[in-house]
Amino acid sequence: MTGLRYVYAVCHPFGTPLQSQLSGVAGDPPRLLHHHGLVAVVSHVPERDFAEGPLRSHLEDLDWLTATARAHQGVIDALTVVTTPLPLRLGTVFRDDSGVRVMIEEREESLRRTLERLHGRVEWGVKVYAEPEPADGAQGGAGSDDGVPAGKAVSGRDYLRQRRMRMRTNENMWERAEAFAGRLHETLAAFAEDSRLHAPQNATLSGASGRNVLNAAYLVPREESEEFVELVDRQKDDVPGMRVELTGPWAAYSFAGEE
Amino acid sequence: MTVIERREVALVDLLDRLLAGGVVITGDITLRIADVDLVRIDLNALISSVNAQVPSPWGD
Repeated sequence: MTGLRYVYAVCHPFGTPLQSQLSGVAGDPPRLLHHHGLVAVVSHVPERDFAEGPLRSHLEDLDWLTATARAHQGVIDALTVVTTPLPLRLGTVFRDDSGVRVMIEEREESLRRTLERLHGRVEWGVKVYAEPEPADGAQGGAGSDDGVPAGKAVSGRDYLRQRRMRMRTNENMWERAEAFAGRLHETLAAFAEDSRLHAPQNATLSGASGRNVLNAAYLVPREESEEFVELVDRQKDDVPGMRVELTGPWAAYSFAGEE
Repeated sequence: MTVIERREVALVDLLDRLLAGGVVITGDITLRIADVDLVRIDLNALISSVNAQVPSPWGD
């Protein structure tokens, strides 16, 4: 009976049962709380981890955050199979079931509006990375010869000239990268129903090579997804120095906020 | 290395959505968005220091 309520999402009622061996946040399988014709998907979580103080410090613990984020995502993924969930931000916690019911009553109208807007839509993530001229950190994969024999002894003047050339090349590359990312975003945004720009990802955090120049999300009707993926595929052809990454389909996290 | 990289990428994409997206509802337990943004900064700091000095927290 004790414990707090962690809420993953709000949905319209759905007939199909959720996948059964879903572990959920804090290892508590998600339960459905029906109220006012809506469904909140909740787990019972211990106060020792999810009360305000512990939750705050846990969020700074990367292992904890990783496990919680993946458990949250696991539940949202399972919901996506049976309905279009309206995902809540990580760490939305209520004292008890009646707290969740009060929230549904207070926000009923806006929850319904957003559910309606997102119905049958998914989110695709598109990131563009610009790879600097090979100088450092080239991955071991496909060979990319840059023509310049590295490690040869050069005169001071040659060294400076090479350095200047490299800087100029890099400047051009950033400009080209910006232009490419801008064009790509325009094309994809025109196809999608809606789009959001996330902050570029920090390379240290993502571990990805190259500089992240576009980190965007696109809202696409589920049945147009294939077409969207093909469109991304076509755009990424033959652009040296640019890498396009597609992730998804996601539940419409980036579009769940008020318009 | 590849495996770690892949997991990191997935995590950061996930955090983009779970910490910056989703419906913001003030629950009974309140964490303000500002706090969550701080978490991201702490995370950055944490990871850079991890990379520089000690083995990755993802292990292996």
